[in-house]
Amino acid sequence: MIEFRNIKKSFNDKTVLHGIDGVFRSGRTNLIIGTSGTGKSVLLKCMVGLLEPDEGEVLFNGRDFTHATRNVRREIRRDIGMLFQGSALFDSKNVEQNVMFPLDILTDMSKEDKLERANFVLQRVGLENINKKMPSEISGGMKKRVGIARAIVNNSKYLFCDEPNSGLDPMTAILIDNLIKEITEEFDITTVVVTHDMNSVMEIGDDIIYMYQGQKLWEGNSQNILSTRVPELQEFIYSNKLVQALRDEQQNNKI
Amino acid sequence: MHGIGNYFIFLGNLFIKREAFRTYVKQILDECIKVGIGSLVIVGIVSTFIGAVTCVQTAFNLVSPLIPRYVISLVVRDMTLLELAPTITAIVFAGKVGSNIAGELGTMKISEQVDALEVMGINSVSFLALPKIIACLMMYPLLVILAGFLAITGGYVAGTLTGVITPQDYIYGIRADFQEFNVIFALIKSFVFAFLIASISSYKGYFTKGGALEVGQSSTSAVTNSCIAILVADYLLAQLLL
Ligand SMILES: Nc1ncnc2c1ncn2[C@@H]1O[C@H](COP(=O)(O)OP(=O)(O)OP(=O)(O)O)[C@@H](O)[C@H]1O
Ligand SMILES: [Mg+2]
Repeated sequence: MIEFRNIKKSFNDKTVLHGIDGVFRSGRTNLIIGTSGTGKSVLLKCMVGLLEPDEGEVLFNGRDFTHATRNVRREIRRDIGMLFQGSALFDSKNVEQNVMFPLDILTDMSKEDKLERANFVLQRVGLENINKKMPSEISGGMKKRVGIARAIVNNSKYLFCDEPNSGLDPMTAILIDNLIKEITEEFDITTVVVTHDMNSVMEIGDDIIYMYQGQKLWEGNSQNILSTRVPELQEFIYSNKLVQALRDEQQNNKI
Repeated sequence: MHGIGNYFIFLGNLFIKREAFRTYVKQILDECIKVGIGSLVIVGIVSTFIGAVTCVQTAFNLVSPLIPRYVISLVVRDMTLLELAPTITAIVFAGKVGSNIAGELGTMKISEQVDALEVMGINSVSFLALPKIIACLMMYPLLVILAGFLAITGGYVAGTLTGVITPQDYIYGIRADFQEFNVIFALIKSFVFAFLIASISSYKGYFTKGGALEVGQSSTSAVTNSCIAILVADYLLAQLLL
């Protein structure tokens, strides 16, 4: 479980986050949605400690991460996996080495155990026989899968994904979304996904936070999001023709 | 000034809370191969020709028949040890290795690979920069020794082929009035320059912001800043130690 309270963040004199609270539960895919530039990525970075919030705190299973000492942070970070927007695979390492890297650094496992674990997660994300390929030799969708494998290889309890399906075709995007959801449920991970893709929202949104200009305007799930009364959220949702059609169909059914 | 302050903070970060040493061993060896073997050809060519040119030009300037010919090779030797081998090679090294380091770290920075390391709880500054700095400290003095040897050899070949000096005079000259401290001085300089090049280039690469364009800019400024630092350090060391 991840709790965050009153997260505030400014750059120079520009306030990006105006105090955001929320709770993300384990075994569920938690979505942060909103238009471009509302501070979704900044919020995610504040949670994993890539940015320091000016105020507020983030708690992982009740332990304060934001004000923790270096060693406690290190301990909590062992349980955090992150999938980056551009996958962020290490260019100089092949697929297998990329996936094994967290184990090399964070554990004392033997080489065979590490290899076995890496092969297990690679298989889990649907990748086989590309162990020796370099990141530059595989497609964007495969890179995302390798990124997911690397994020969960050390039995992470928390998985953060920043726009996991940006730059992918709609079919691959749905495959990646579903993979994230399956893994979340299978390994009881607390997953946080930043997205502005309405397909993902409807497909995998267990719990959803809608952000608007650095504030949380709405909270709910994929069942009740379409019936929202928040005008900003309505605008966000129905900018997508497909969702418009879905709403019209629902309304027709009611009549 | 602000940049210099940040540079020292960066240096401090290299050593606090680094990973266990074993994680660095393989990386250091890889970097040594990249840095050392990769620079052999360019350093070899540059130093051989500089030795040859120094020999021919010194001969051209020594017109007085009162000065013995062996002074030519004595001048080649001292200039090589004091200045040409450590300093000119450093400029070449900054262009080759410095730009490479800044480019690599800059690319890792903008493609979020550095963030990926940080999320895993790794001190990315020391994890990325320390192996490069250690590898440069290990390999650069060796390159300077090679450069010194090749420069003196280059002078010998050019001098004897053009007939400005006989082989006997050349050999006599490079042994005449030899001061061992000059070799030690060259090595001290090479350690200092290696550290400056590797750390400044890492610093410039690590703080790249933006995209591919900025990576190129970081590379360029890594080379220019390294060159300036080398020349300043060269002057200071000469004042202090000679
Ligand atoms: N390191 C930074 N320094 C200064 N300003 C920043 C920094 N990072 C983000 N910002 C600003 O914070 C605001 C929110 O950015 P953020 O990246 O969180 O948006 P986002 O919601 O993730 O948008 P997108 O969907 O386009 O990724 C932007 O206006 C951006 O300019
Ligand atoms: Mg973003």
